Amino acid sequence: MSTDNSSQPNSLAGVAAARHREPGSAPLGSGLEARGVHAWFGSHHALEGVSLDFAAGTVTALIGPSGCGKSTFIRTLNRMHEFIPSAAMAGEVLLDGKDIYAPGTDVTKIRLQIGMVFQKPNPFPSMTIGENVLAGLKLAQIKSDRNKDELLEECLTRAGLWQEVKDRLGAHAGGLSGGQQQRLCIARSLAVNPKVLLMDEPCSALDPGSTLRIEDTISQLSKTMTIVIVTHNMQQAARVSDYTAFFLADGGPGQMVEVGPTNEMFSRPKDERTENYVSGRFG
Amino acid sequence: MTTTTIPHHETVYPKRPWKATKADLIPVFAALAVAALLDYAVVAITPMKGKLAYALLFFVFGAGFQMALKWKKLGRRAAVDSLAGSVAISGAVIAFVPVLSLLETTIVKGAKGLSLGFFIHDMSVANYQSPLSEGGVVQAIVGTLYLILIATAISLPLSLLTALYLTEIKGKASGFIQFLVQAMSGIPSVVAGIFIYSALLLTTSLRGSTIMAALALAILMIPTVTRTAQEVLLLVPADLREAGLALGATQWKTVATIVVPAARNGLITAVILGVARIAGETAPLLFTLGVSNKINWNPFSGGQSALPYYVWSGLGDGTELGIDRAWSGILVLLIVVLSLFATARIFGTRKVKIK
Amino acid sequence: MSSSVIERAVPEKRVLTTKPRPSDVAFRATLNVMSYSSLLILAAIGGFLAFRGFGAFKENGFGFITHSDWSSIVDNSGKEVNTFGMAAMITGTLIISTIALVIGVPISVLTALFLTFYAPEKIKRALVTVVDLMASFPSILYGLWGFIVLSPMATYWAKLIYKYLHWIPFLNVPSPAFERSPFLAGIVLSIMIIPIVTSVSREIFGQTPLDRIQAAYALGATRWGMIRAVVLPFGASGVVGGAMLGLGRALGETVAVYSVLNIVFKINWHILYGYGGNIASMIVQKFGEASFTEKKALLAAGFVLFVMTLLVNMVANTVVQRAVKSGK
Repeated sequence: MSTDNSSQPNSLAGVAAARHREPGSAPLGSGLEARGVHAWFGSHHALEGVSLDFAAGTVTALIGPSGCGKSTFIRTLNRMHEFIPSAAMAGEVLLDGKDIYAPGTDVTKIRLQIGMVFQKPNPFPSMTIGENVLAGLKLAQIKSDRNKDELLEECLTRAGLWQEVKDRLGAHAGGLSGGQQQRLCIARSLAVNPKVLLMDEPCSALDPGSTLRIEDTISQLSKTMTIVIVTHNMQQAARVSDYTAFFLADGGPGQMVEVGPTNEMFSRPKDERTENYVSGRFG
Repeated sequence: MTTTTIPHHETVYPKRPWKATKADLIPVFAALAVAALLDYAVVAITPMKGKLAYALLFFVFGAGFQMALKWKKLGRRAAVDSLAGSVAISGAVIAFVPVLSLLETTIVKGAKGLSLGFFIHDMSVANYQSPLSEGGVVQAIVGTLYLILIATAISLPLSLLTALYLTEIKGKASGFIQFLVQAMSGIPSVVAGIFIYSALLLTTSLRGSTIMAALALAILMIPTVTRTAQEVLLLVPADLREAGLALGATQWKTVATIVVPAARNGLITAVILGVARIAGETAPLLFTLGVSNKINWNPFSGGQSALPYYVWSGLGDGTELGIDRAWSGILVLLIVVLSLFATARIFGTRKVKIK
Repeated sequence: MSSSVIERAVPEKRVLTTKPRPSDVAFRATLNVMSYSSLLILAAIGGFLAFRGFGAFKENGFGFITHSDWSSIVDNSGKEVNTFGMAAMITGTLIISTIALVIGVPISVLTALFLTFYAPEKIKRALVTVVDLMASFPSILYGLWGFIVLSPMATYWAKLIYKYLHWIPFLNVPSPAFERSPFLAGIVLSIMIIPIVTSVSREIFGQTPLDRIQAAYALGATRWGMIRAVVLPFGASGVVGGAMLGLGRALGETVAVYSVLNIVFKINWHILYGYGGNIASMIVQKFGEASFTEKKALLAAGFVLFVMTLLVNMVANTVVQRAVKSGK
């Protein structure tokens, strides 16, 4: 497999550690790593040879024009890609050094460790707010030794929603606003204590106010977990991420053009195509 | 920190690592084979006997072994998931076993009595206890065709106009009419029969005839045709209608020359489905058809025969030969219904063209 | 612009009128009138049956639905003596339909789940066609098959059930007569309602929002976990509606039940025991040799059946429609 590229940004982990790993904080594992990931839909080659290392405790933004394969890529990271009947892939995705596509892997356990927040808020409408947050525990039949109420409060607090809903945990989730629903979905992902959180354009369906609150939440969460966020919004990438990866499909399959620390990517990108995109000349 | 584009010199092939591999499937099939053997052994040495025991034990062993495999490999949750899958599969198997049995018995038992004579003779010189080489279903086939034609002639205009009302005028009463059409589709066939009897036969000098039975069948046919016609008319794009109106055509002309022709194949499907719905109906005929053991070409007077009625009489006769006749009759009826069904499918897929 | 004194001149809305051409007037009028044909037919059915049956209702009063005797005899003086009570038939119809639902609905729901979430695409398409096909089988076929093929099997099953579960009151029998029982009729009906319940359930399950399904999977749910958390809550009302449509069909089924059930005018709660009641079959059974008065009573019975099925179907359609709409 053509994965071992010498230009792989191996130093990212070190940077992240320096920034985030304060003494006494929980071990974050060794992060998530994609090696030479390709993706197909039927005969359509959607993504070609993406290798990217998400160091533990970092926020990585995936940017690029529509159809560049960034959403496809993020869905290969927790094996949601395979729900499309014609889908196929190649390459490896390593979580703590183990290939999540290895034969005999329990995919449900992988998804417990790599949570996902979707474009459109999707709380379970038949459940109350509280039940939604704890839905993951119930679905995965995890017997948490922790007090349910404490866990509920913690998850909602981390998602920045506790103050708004603490008096109506028994109400149905459908009554919340779009932004609140999305934060509820984040809280729901947090309850199963994932190491990595994937966010697929989490703010694209929300108003600017809600967007800011979610970004705030992301900054808070990044202290304790690895976050990968797909976004169309370059300002958002600049605000929340440590690293940015630029994807582009130039007529052929989507590729990753360039990855680097976010401020460098936006101030002095190495590739001309990145420069054109971040300066708004196309896309 | 440079670009990480992968060089193109190596070909990468698409893979589906989530699909079960041969190595995954071998234990699954091995476990099923062991379950089958064990099933056979247990039935042989214990007092549990019969197909029911085989089926039940195979489920217990089969599902049990799959659960155990999953449990060992992935844990309790996967085992529960496996059990749920086994239960769903078993449910589907239980649902489809009767279909196989129905078709198998009909073909095996029905084919015995089929001969050319069965199709060209009537029952005027034979009765239900006669050998199947004597007497046949020709009068029943003619009767059924008559019933289909007349019931269609009665129900098609009503159904089509109602469907057009629902799709073209969309008047205030649309919701209500829709509700009534649906309510009509729930009328038991026996009620349609006794209604015609009570309205037209009970206190008059009229007797059961083709037209009376066709009226009862038309009642059952209308809702099916209306609902299917409505669905296909809705598929006609709105811009076709607007194009007609923009050319200065009246709504009537637009509907008659553009909308209905555009939906033609779909409307044919609607009629065929309606015919399939009534071709095998028996209950209404018992009150409205009268009796005839030979071809009656007059639909307005005198009794008539029909395939379902022929089967009914054979079953009612109760003798071995009578039941044999019933099976042969039902095979002919089933062939008629299934060909209608297949034709509707073919037209049904063609209706996509109008999109 | 800001002054409140000056009122802006807003032109009055024009009333758009058109003089339709005569052909359109006629066209629209025809459709308007014809669309009421369904109302007319329903009203005529209800009206005629009620009108013909009025005598039976009046003579027997509430007894028509609370008593179980049904006899029409000519006494020594040549006078016709009639007693018409449908209680056994109504109860029997409900018992048989309940058995059909208890057996048929779980099988249908499992089949729908299998078709929607387990079956590979090709198998699914083939089986969906088979389900549609099942719906188009004539009911006389189910009757004949039930009588010849299923009856011996069901009798054997009934004996087994009796052997192990006879301590449950309704599974007991007064004497070992297991043929032509409500149990057998219920099984035949359960097979007949499988297509309708399955296709309604499948339609609803298929509409489960993809984002909710993905949310469940992304939380590490197994397929069964996803179905329990997302599909079943979403599809529950649709399944209820489908089951009620099945009930509507079961209540009114005639020849299939007639072929396999021993009809006796006595309420029978022992479902394995060899007799039962069914309104539709009873009408067929009695009609041939009925006197004018008894025929009218049978039409009254038909009215009762008509009202029962109409109500069940109306509720069922409303429930299904709501479920389908909520999915969109």
